[in-house]
Amino acid sequence: MKFVISDEQRALAEAIEQVIEGAGGTNVARTWAAGDLAPGQELWAQLAELGLLGLCVDEADGGMGGTPVDLVVAFERLGYHAVPGPYLESAALLPNLVNPAIREGLVDGSVIATAAIPGLLTYALDSASSTHSYIVNPDSLSPATAGEPMKSIDETRTLSELRATESAAALDEQLVATAIDRATLGCAAVLLGAGERLLHEAVEYAKIRQQFGRTIGEYQALKHQLADVRVALTFVRPLINGAALDLGSPAGPRSVSAAKVAAGDAALLAARVALQVHGAIGYTQEHDLSLWITRVHALLGAWGTARYHRNRVASFIMSPISQLAPVA
Amino acid sequence: MNTETMNLDLTEEQLAFAAEARAWLAEHVPATPLPSMDTAEGFEAHRQWEAELARGGWSVVSWPEEFGGRGAGLIEWVLFEEEYYRAGAPTRVAQNGISLLAPILFGHGTDAQRERFLRPMTDGSLIWAQAWSEPGSGSDLASIRSTARRDEERGGWILNGQKTWSSRAPWADRGFGLFRSDPEAQRHRGLTYFMFPLDAEGITIRPIAQLDGTTGFAEIFFDDVFVADEDVLGEPGDGWRVAMSTAGNERGLSLRSPGRFCAATDRLIDLWHTHQEQEPFAQDAVVDAWIKSEAYRLYTWGTVSTLQNGGDVGAEGSVNKVFWSELDIELHGTALALLGPEAELRGPSAVSNGRWIEDYVFSLGGPIYAGTNEIQRNIIAERLLGLPRGGDGRKSS
Ligand SMILES: Cc1cc2nc3c(=O)[nH]c(=O)nc-3n(C[C@H](O)[C@H](O)[C@H](O)COP(=O)(O)OP(=O)(O)OC[C@H]3O[C@@H](n4cnc5c(N)ncnc54)[C@H](O)[C@@H]3O)c2cc1C
Repeated sequence: MKFVISDEQRALAEAIEQVIEGAGGTNVARTWAAGDLAPGQELWAQLAELGLLGLCVDEADGGMGGTPVDLVVAFERLGYHAVPGPYLESAALLPNLVNPAIREGLVDGSVIATAAIPGLLTYALDSASSTHSYIVNPDSLSPATAGEPMKSIDETRTLSELRATESAAALDEQLVATAIDRATLGCAAVLLGAGERLLHEAVEYAKIRQQFGRTIGEYQALKHQLADVRVALTFVRPLINGAALDLGSPAGPRSVSAAKVAAGDAALLAARVALQVHGAIGYTQEHDLSLWITRVHALLGAWGTARYHRNRVASFIMSPISQLAPVA
Repeated sequence: MNTETMNLDLTEEQLAFAAEARAWLAEHVPATPLPSMDTAEGFEAHRQWEAELARGGWSVVSWPEEFGGRGAGLIEWVLFEEEYYRAGAPTRVAQNGISLLAPILFGHGTDAQRERFLRPMTDGSLIWAQAWSEPGSGSDLASIRSTARRDEERGGWILNGQKTWSSRAPWADRGFGLFRSDPEAQRHRGLTYFMFPLDAEGITIRPIAQLDGTTGFAEIFFDDVFVADEDVLGEPGDGWRVAMSTAGNERGLSLRSPGRFCAATDRLIDLWHTHQEQEPFAQDAVVDAWIKSEAYRLYTWGTVSTLQNGGDVGAEGSVNKVFWSELDIELHGTALALLGPEAELRGPSAVSNGRWIEDYVFSLGGPIYAGTNEIQRNIIAERLLGLPRGGDGRKSS
């Protein structure tokens, strides 16, 4: 039994951190939102170099052979910096579903792929800036083309519905289900990262902003709201790590759903409190806070809504027959 | 170096330990729940249960063998607690001594004190009451006014003053608490930690009925009570520092083990199966209670790993305390919603003999004792988040 991350995983997080900061940090999200994709693509290439895009791919297939815990450690960093682009799709969902040639491209960063999953991920992210788009069905994968681009409240996200263009390639249902859960868990980690950053920004602001002759961080009304965010986020992390350990086992879907629900709730609380602590400056698009606030709202409804995930937990724990068999 | 990959796997020995505990509990846990330990009759029944636990060697699994324990590690302790609650075993009436006082005795006590006090704590023959709060000192504990005056001739101290809200003091054997031994010293200094017999000459105990009507706590009046030097814990004047190690224990791991919430969630799910028509919207609340209990269970394994790696809990204990105390209320509140008009019933006509409403009322105390949740939020904000102190008139927290 050892339920803390290893030194190696800490080093992975730091390496990702350095690459993102070296690429300009939140500036990448800003340029991506403005339609200048170059800095984002450059960062993509660097993260591919680091191995992020091949994290879930076996070493035999040219990947890093990482664990799901490695994956959540990495995606938390992406959330922390509001990195734009279809990373969840390319690094977590698709690598084990596409053919070997495409997989190779995903790992080395030359393929940027996005996807839609009927009922779970309604809109594909950044189809126009991806090289490949897919519809992921429970037992197959269809290459697809994107419809009209749609805007999101998160300015970095351009969304579209997908239409299948070729006949679907059949896939093992369990393989697909695990791939979807892996990416959903990655999304929970992104939400945790965003929540941690929102808390960090709010705490730093509360230490410097003065009103009525005092630093606003002295006011208990704010202190206690920030403390509640700390409590909520602290109890998300063990659910995410626990789900990473359960991924692919019978308890996997239950644990992934629990993590997504808790991460969504905590990140939303962090977004609301961070905005309140900032006051009007936080209500502007210009302030970086907007990156995480809008990202959190976008991700709440993606990769399965809270409704979907609560029902899925219920189908496991409230089944009269067994703790682990989902109700049909 | 910390290179082992994350895992929740238990060793053969750990699984065998849990199985042994489970088997013993299945055989020994009383079939009908004991009466509330906040009644004279129930207190006695719980005392007997402590003796039974000790006979089986299960009362203090994590203590060294020389004091009646099994020398079990933290992991085994968590496993035992899980089994304990899953088996529906009685609440630990000896917990003040075992979880709060004993760790301090191990750390600050004299050999003689450990000899006198530890063994009898393990079999119910010595049950302790906490005596911190005073009528004028709750959250601001350092403002206490009860005094200790030096009695050089008899080799001890004379206690005067009043303590209050002391849980189960009417039936407990001894109390522990702080008294002001140096009236000149600053707030936190000049306090001394005493362990005194509750039947000492000059002590009067006045029971107080709690919200649920049982005699859960009491006031303790001290009128020139002599306490010998051998009953001082730590150095005279150093009581605050000594006592703060208790506060950490109460907030952190030892008071509310995850088994308690996991077992209550299992019972909540059973209740949902029989009562869901009463409140169809309760399904989400049941799911959330399960998610949070699971989060608490997993978080505890993380804490165990941190402690095993030589880290410490520190102010994280405050995060923990806010979480479990709020979870407890949500969980039991959901049960009441499912029970609908039956929720208020107690006794034989009630579902589970009224346990849900009684446990709910008990849960309402959670955000108040062991340092109120407002005080915990102050600690989280100031010590974990690094926000500035002050703003509410406190000089220090
Ligand atoms: C079920 C139960 C069992 C107990 N058992 C024991 C026992 O065995 N022994 C014992 O000694 N005591 C016991 N207590 C007492 C407990 O320790 C105190 O209730 C607690 O310390 C709070 O003190 P108080 O009740 O005087 O409230 P106060 O300190 O007067 O607080 C009242 C309100 O003001 C808030 N407040 C106070 N200061 C601040 C601040 N700085 N910032 C923000 N808000 C603040 C509090 O959070 C609370 O909401 C028990 C209490 C309960 C409910």
